[in-house]
Amino acid sequence: MPVESDGDPAARAAAGTHPVHNLWRLRPYLRPYAAEFAWLLVAGLAGTAAGIAVPLVVQRVVDGPVARHEPAGLLQLGGLALLLGVVEAVLIFIRRWVQSSSAVGMEAALRADVYAHLQRLPTSFHDRWQSGQLLSRITSDLSVIRRFLSFGVFFLVLNLTTYVVVVVLLINLHPALGVLVAASAVPLLLISRRFGRHYHAASRRMQDQQGDVATLVEETAQGLRTMKAYGRGPELAARFAGAARRLHDTGVGKGRLLANTSALLDLVPNVTLGVVLAAGAAAAAQGALTIGELVAFVSLQLMLIWPVQSLGWIIANGQEAATAADRIQEVLDTPPEIVDSAGAVALPRDAVHGRLRFERVSFSYPGATTGVLREIDLTIEPGETLALVGATGSGKSTLLSLVPRLHDVSTGRITLDGHDLRELRLASLRRLVGVAFEEPTLFSMSVRENLTLGRPDAGDDEIRAALALAQADFAYDLPWGLATRVGEQGLSLSGGQRQRLALARAVLGRPAVLVMDDPLSALDVHTEALVEAALRRVLRDSTSLLVVHRPSTIALADRVALLEDGRITATGRHSDLLATVPAYRALLAAEPPAGHPPAGASGPSSSPSDGWGLVRS
Amino acid sequence: MSVPEQAAPPPEEEPELTRWRGTATDPEADRSRAEDTSPEAVARLRRLSRTLLGDLLRPHRRRLAAAVALLLAQNAAAMAGPYLVMIGIDRAIPPLRAGDAGPLVTVAGAFAVAAVTEYAARRGFLTLSARIGQAVLLDLRQRVFGHFLRLSVGFHERYTSGRMVSRLTSDLDSIAELVDGGIDSLVLAGLSILSVAAILLWLDLPLAAVTLFAFPFLFWLSRWFARSSASAYRRTRDAVALVIVHFVESMRGIRAVQAFRREPRNQRIFVALGDDYRRSSLHAFRLIATYSPAIKLIGNVTVAVVLCYGGWRVLGGQTEIGVLAAFLLYLRRFFEPMQELSQFYNSLQSATAALEKLAGVLDERPAVAEPARPTPLPTGPRRGELIFRAVGFGYRADTPILCRLELTVPAGQTVALIGPTGAGKSTIAKLVARFHDPDTGTVRLDGVDLRDVRDADLRRAVVLVTQENHLFSGTVAENIRFGCPGADDAAVQAAARAIGAHDFIAALPEGYATQVHRRGGRLSAGQRQLVAFARAFLADPTVLILDEATSSLDVPTERLVQRALGTILRDRTALVIAHRLSTVETADRVLVLDGGRVVEDGPPAVLAEADGRYAALHRQWRDSLI
Repeated sequence: MPVESDGDPAARAAAGTHPVHNLWRLRPYLRPYAAEFAWLLVAGLAGTAAGIAVPLVVQRVVDGPVARHEPAGLLQLGGLALLLGVVEAVLIFIRRWVQSSSAVGMEAALRADVYAHLQRLPTSFHDRWQSGQLLSRITSDLSVIRRFLSFGVFFLVLNLTTYVVVVVLLINLHPALGVLVAASAVPLLLISRRFGRHYHAASRRMQDQQGDVATLVEETAQGLRTMKAYGRGPELAARFAGAARRLHDTGVGKGRLLANTSALLDLVPNVTLGVVLAAGAAAAAQGALTIGELVAFVSLQLMLIWPVQSLGWIIANGQEAATAADRIQEVLDTPPEIVDSAGAVALPRDAVHGRLRFERVSFSYPGATTGVLREIDLTIEPGETLALVGATGSGKSTLLSLVPRLHDVSTGRITLDGHDLRELRLASLRRLVGVAFEEPTLFSMSVRENLTLGRPDAGDDEIRAALALAQADFAYDLPWGLATRVGEQGLSLSGGQRQRLALARAVLGRPAVLVMDDPLSALDVHTEALVEAALRRVLRDSTSLLVVHRPSTIALADRVALLEDGRITATGRHSDLLATVPAYRALLAAEPPAGHPPAGASGPSSSPSDGWGLVRS
Repeated sequence: MSVPEQAAPPPEEEPELTRWRGTATDPEADRSRAEDTSPEAVARLRRLSRTLLGDLLRPHRRRLAAAVALLLAQNAAAMAGPYLVMIGIDRAIPPLRAGDAGPLVTVAGAFAVAAVTEYAARRGFLTLSARIGQAVLLDLRQRVFGHFLRLSVGFHERYTSGRMVSRLTSDLDSIAELVDGGIDSLVLAGLSILSVAAILLWLDLPLAAVTLFAFPFLFWLSRWFARSSASAYRRTRDAVALVIVHFVESMRGIRAVQAFRREPRNQRIFVALGDDYRRSSLHAFRLIATYSPAIKLIGNVTVAVVLCYGGWRVLGGQTEIGVLAAFLLYLRRFFEPMQELSQFYNSLQSATAALEKLAGVLDERPAVAEPARPTPLPTGPRRGELIFRAVGFGYRADTPILCRLELTVPAGQTVALIGPTGAGKSTIAKLVARFHDPDTGTVRLDGVDLRDVRDADLRRAVVLVTQENHLFSGTVAENIRFGCPGADDAAVQAAARAIGAHDFIAALPEGYATQVHRRGGRLSAGQRQLVAFARAFLADPTVLILDEATSSLDVPTERLVQRALGTILRDRTALVIAHRLSTVETADRVLVLDGGRVVEDGPPAVLAEADGRYAALHRQWRDSLI
């Protein structure tokens, strides 16, 4: 479900019509633990039986040795009670011990699978989903499911069994009172069910409102500097106060519901106990019930309270688990659209010439009415470098993302050496294509790991060469060298440093096709010149597609294509387009300051020796 | 942030599965006091969190007292049950045999009263405690959020957004969890353990003495559980934090993950982290799996012993059968709450830890504070004169960025700042926007030290636009209006037109009402920058600072923006940091910075003719064109 509808309660309710179905679909995760579950059940039932037996022993004590004044029998029965008590405790220990390992094991397996699936889903999916929404699925939803499948289901079986056995024993002791106690389960059950329903609705509302608060917090954290720069703290605080107050109101309502129910759940068994006591005393006075039986009856009746009460909790927990399963299956059911087709082939690097062809390629984002790219026809010859030029928002970055198949074309096709990209193995294609994005993404990992993202086998020489090419040798001078952690949780680097690392990553391993989105935008003039010179050598060996904003970077390209409104309107040499295409001129011609004629094309001139330039600090 | 100068000792050999994380450069630098783990700091935090709790509860004193009264009533009523069973057996059955139903009716009546009292008191207590708890949560949430807003940019750079989010979500949630489901069980369990012990002693002293034998075991067991589960709990939190960080980062960077075929390795790392988490939670679960049956065992053994000894005493006529029955019933009420306590112990632990962390955050003093006695900025035409007097500043004490900087920018002047990385350009911008205060010297706006200006006044006068261009969720119009919340639609549109953003906005599916989604996902980098510009334009400040604000624009748009700036900047003071000379050349004055000092100062045309660094750069730039 996309972000837009994820906030819509109606859509959520509709998705939850057959929730148990989705929970049932998770059963493969339980299968490895089938034997454990059998043990669990046996240990659980045996433990409960031992627990139930104790009041019966008490009855024998009261009616036997105590009533008949036989001290010998007392010790025997006391020993039995001791034995039963020890057995019960040991069985509980076994049950809980086994239970915990299967519970966390299952949770870990499910989490790993959801993660694997998310990694396969295309970027279009991730564009629609907030990472926070996905995160809540692998954390809170998974633990709800874990609780239900390991504890909830188990206690459901155990408690029902306990209930039936105890009621049978009670009826056996005194039929009329036994039936009365059994009947007291009806109001308890009704209260629990009503509670389960309302509580579930309140929890869901609370979850959503917590999500709202979290979103607001995350956004404020991300935009903190902007907030500070405009002094908009009070406005944001007011927005937050509104969300927090809604959460508060829901919390109070939930608390009231809990208070009413839990007090009622105490009242019913207490009243039953009172009736049992009065009627039992009367029966005992008439001799229909021994004192020992009365004591046993009361003890056994107390044993029933928890199984019936917990039924409400288990139902609520089950509903929560069903919703959670729903939310998880929502993700698992989204088919990865971009996958290896049947019979996809791998192309070895050496066999690739690198002729990249766009044939009548159109693309529109899912759900969008207008296409981003329309009927693109473009051929890039092996070793050629094509610069893509266009105004802000003309579709340049989208076009680039089609090459490593981050998106698939809507119509038309893209071929590499005549192979439709969709007929290549995805891993093979992405090995052949090196990418540098507009925003250099660095993860909270070591520099080395960031460079060798998909190629953990890259050698030191390769890394050194790539870093040298991107003028990113500064990486060796970081406090721990290439082992230094960068990214949000590590050392923060300047925009130019990050861009150079991203560039090194793209060229690492000499890709056959290079796709770069404004790769030098954050570099200062001096570094840019050095990177350009080095890039030129690499670009000879690769087919390259660059998005370019600045006239200075155009020098890298053999040919230029002008993208206007999703169409290629002109291709040719930079100087030709400059002379003949007014739209191109408007985009790229540097407006020389008055009095300075534009200088001719040339390489970088002598640069200041201390290596400083116009850069951000 | 700058790279620390001194390299730390080499990292120890790490196993393959953790090496990918790399080594954090300065574990202390990114830790606030709230994260400190030394014993003194922990003790201090504990003290702070206790003070905070008292502070939060103080407004609810009356309601708290009422809640305690209700709780005591509930406990008393609940304790009456077994006692009435005893009376019933020992005092009501014998007269009944003789045909007198009076005592039984009395007992039944008392039972009914106790049941109803328990119901009413429990309901009242739970409702009241939910009210108090939620009010405290609301208060705490707003305090922490408000405090985060007040803390300086410097703090947030150290603290990172991820940690701020986790404080305000998962930490507060764990306190909420305790408020929702744990507090009454905790208090009631403690209360009923105490009262049951008292009743037992009163009912039958020798029998109670036997029961008391269980106490040392219970105490020792509970202490062991409390200690080991505290550390197990901490390990679990650490493990799950790593899982979360890895998950969120791979989802945010999914394009890079897929384009570079990172998936298999990510999966291995994720599974390894998940396995760590699994192991640590398994350990925590197994502690409960040991503790809870052990309590049960002690309880069961006690019951068996009481049964034997009590039966023997009944035999000897030293006690009555009803007392034995009541004893056995009370023992249930004694051991059961202890079982429950183990369930709630974890939520208590996590809530305590969370409160400590929040107390630590609330204890951070804003490095850039609101003035106690603010000075209003002078009003009138031609405002915006900036003066730096002997300004020294560094992000870290050992690495000064600016050193006794002297600078005067007359009102209305447009100044371009250029220089290499680390020269101090952005630092100057941040000092004017008062993201930081100078370590020494003063920055004055129209003669007033920025430290004496109210934040609201300063923000009206000074606006900083960076390349960050954060867009908040909401419509495009709302994002522009961020610059001036009171502006009407016409003013928003006029600002967009002035900056050249109107055409692209009008072409969006819903024009100005288009939702920008999260962080402007659907807008290109250039478009986001234009919206940010319109926002700054609408804010209409006296001093405008542009820090690389046009880096993502294509040439025509930039030209458009520059033309607009030509008019916009005419009556304002402006500091412009750009790496394109085309931007610099439109300035009235260029400052070339190096190592925190001004090394060249003059009009661009003059500097270009001179034989300095600017001239060299200018030549180089000119050559790179076309």
